[in-house]
Amino acid sequence: MRSLLLQGLFRRPLTEAPPVPDAADLAALADHLDIAARRRLGRSLSIRHVDAGSCNGCELEVHALNNAFYDLERYGLRFVASPRHADVLFVTGPVTRNMREALERTYNATPSPKWVVAVGDCAADGGLFGGSYAVEGGVSRVIPVDLHITGCPPNPTALLKGLLSLMER
Amino acid sequence: MAVLSDILSQGVPVPAHRPWPRVMVSARLWKLAAQGLADGHWSLLDLSAEAAAVHMTLFEERTTSVAVISLDCPKGRFPSVGSVHAPAIRLERTIQDLFGLIADGAVDTRPWMDHGVWGVRHPLGEVTEPAGESAGYAFLAAEGESLHRIPVGPVHAGIIEPGHFRFTANGETVVRLEERLGYVHRGIEGLMRGADIGRAARLAGRVSGDSTVCYALAFARAAEVAVDVDVPARAHWLRALMAEMERLANHLGDIGAICNDAAFAFMHAHCGVLRERVLRAADTCFGHRLMRDCIVPGGMAVDLDDPGVAVIDALMAEIRRRFPALVKIYDNTASLQDRTVGAGTLDPALAQRFAAGGFVGRASGRLFDARRMIPYAPYGQLRFEVPLLVEGDVNARVWIRIREVEQSLALIDQILAAMPAGDICTGLPAGGGEGMALVEGFRGDVLVSLRLGESGKIERCRMRDPSWFQWPLLEAVIEGNIVADFPLCNKSFNCSYAGHDL
Ligand code: SF4
Repeated sequence: MRSLLLQGLFRRPLTEAPPVPDAADLAALADHLDIAARRRLGRSLSIRHVDAGSCNGCELEVHALNNAFYDLERYGLRFVASPRHADVLFVTGPVTRNMREALERTYNATPSPKWVVAVGDCAADGGLFGGSYAVEGGVSRVIPVDLHITGCPPNPTALLKGLLSLMER
Repeated sequence: MAVLSDILSQGVPVPAHRPWPRVMVSARLWKLAAQGLADGHWSLLDLSAEAAAVHMTLFEERTTSVAVISLDCPKGRFPSVGSVHAPAIRLERTIQDLFGLIADGAVDTRPWMDHGVWGVRHPLGEVTEPAGESAGYAFLAAEGESLHRIPVGPVHAGIIEPGHFRFTANGETVVRLEERLGYVHRGIEGLMRGADIGRAARLAGRVSGDSTVCYALAFARAAEVAVDVDVPARAHWLRALMAEMERLANHLGDIGAICNDAAFAFMHAHCGVLRERVLRAADTCFGHRLMRDCIVPGGMAVDLDDPGVAVIDALMAEIRRRFPALVKIYDNTASLQDRTVGAGTLDPALAQRFAAGGFVGRASGRLFDARRMIPYAPYGQLRFEVPLLVEGDVNARVWIRIREVEQSLALIDQILAAMPAGDICTGLPAGGGEGMALVEGFRGDVLVSLRLGESGKIERCRMRDPSWFQWPLLEAVIEGNIVADFPLCNKSFNCSYAGHDL
């Protein structure tokens, strides 16, 4: 283990340069975001993830944000265990009917000011699961959404861009 | 009657069901088959339904044969299998929820998938109005002085799928865990009905994100055998390459995550890097990090070019360079072993009874691997070992995964070396038929049963995740462990919520 630790000290880090947020994301956010809220939250955000019926593909990429390549925490962004600690809800999935109440409760338990990011094509409009008796068909049917990040699943760079656009501008 | 072929010979064969036989049986034979399961003569691969029929898929180990028996239930009832063979209980509850068919003599009639909020009942059978206010879910009792209950979920503390766990503990010791699932039920079986083959294949690839290759492969194979067409040889080899890369990515990620749950973040960081390398190689070679929608019925949607081969070669070299040091650390860190050895032990007899697939079964002495037992192309031409342990604890499940990483590396080498040239896709001929496929995913065997109508549309598609038979075992292994070890035991199983709930 010692040699691996030493390598860790002397090798170049794997972490990559931060991506530049998309202009389109920023414009979309500008419509939604309360500037005062952003000022109050500063340049550090706590994120609570909620799986509202995802296939788990989106989760895998959200997980990847924490690996050495993307190293989310260097931006002052971190995932937290409780909605009570969160500024941002990261919601995946087409929102199954069986998860609707849990999502609403999580939203209500998150203190204001708060932002909701709908992650993945399913979270936008139900994706391929739209029209099923068992899904609501998108996060905005249940709680207000500030930003959509598209993809099936969105890759970690897309997720990072979306998150950075929340903090910049 | 302890031979599967005896039951089959007494039923009425269903023509054009491939590659394994399906027969219509009487209620008497159905009960005999259930008794055979209870007596351990064969194992249950699936229990599923249609509007007025139920299907039982059986595997006989001695002859490595698979067979389906079907029972018409015009009166909406069938003899319970779960009453004699516990692995069928949740499947029966699901059949009751989705199709409205009643299992006579069932030991547990509580709803499973239906949480009372769909706005309909029996969405895949005779649809009715919901009964009104549901009375709430009756968790099983655990009574005694000084017992307390800990409800967890469906929204968990980490980045994980939703499900509910109800612990009853005596101090720190768990005396009962009861799972409640169904939160990720998207109604995929319903969405499949009437879908065309392209949409259905994409749906199949979205049953469970970590097994997208496995599901796409199982679905494609089922469709291809249903219409009796084979794909070009190169497609088989590309599929196996993707399947092994998916296994590699998941095992690497999970080995690290298990250690992380034992507060050993170092392994998590290093394994996470290796996992990311696999995903990036997949992205470079096939255009998608999880290799989604790459396998299609009839063949492949993407090919591998020479630069792609070089990328995978480099990936193999990197993992071979870095992984052994991590394995050594796992093996030599006493504080880590202290958490994993002897924790969450699954009794081999129980693994056998539930036909536990994947590393869960193989860490508890059940030697089953669909790639070996019921081989599909190209695995018959490849050399690999199926690692087996009997200890059944968290440590054993980690070691099985470590060994499988090594096997997958060897398999990928062989696949790249022997990959035939040529076409990668044939069209799927029009026409109907019934097909099944059993494909070994990283988590265990995924079963797909498919019926295509003459128009080429899906009439019935049933997909059974290995988690169906692993989730109940997690309840069993946690008993007597401390609450704080649950994450560790849970992660070492890593059952799928999405695959189970569908
Ligand atoms: S967007 Fe894609 S990856 Fe994400 S939950 Fe939906 S199907 Fe899965």
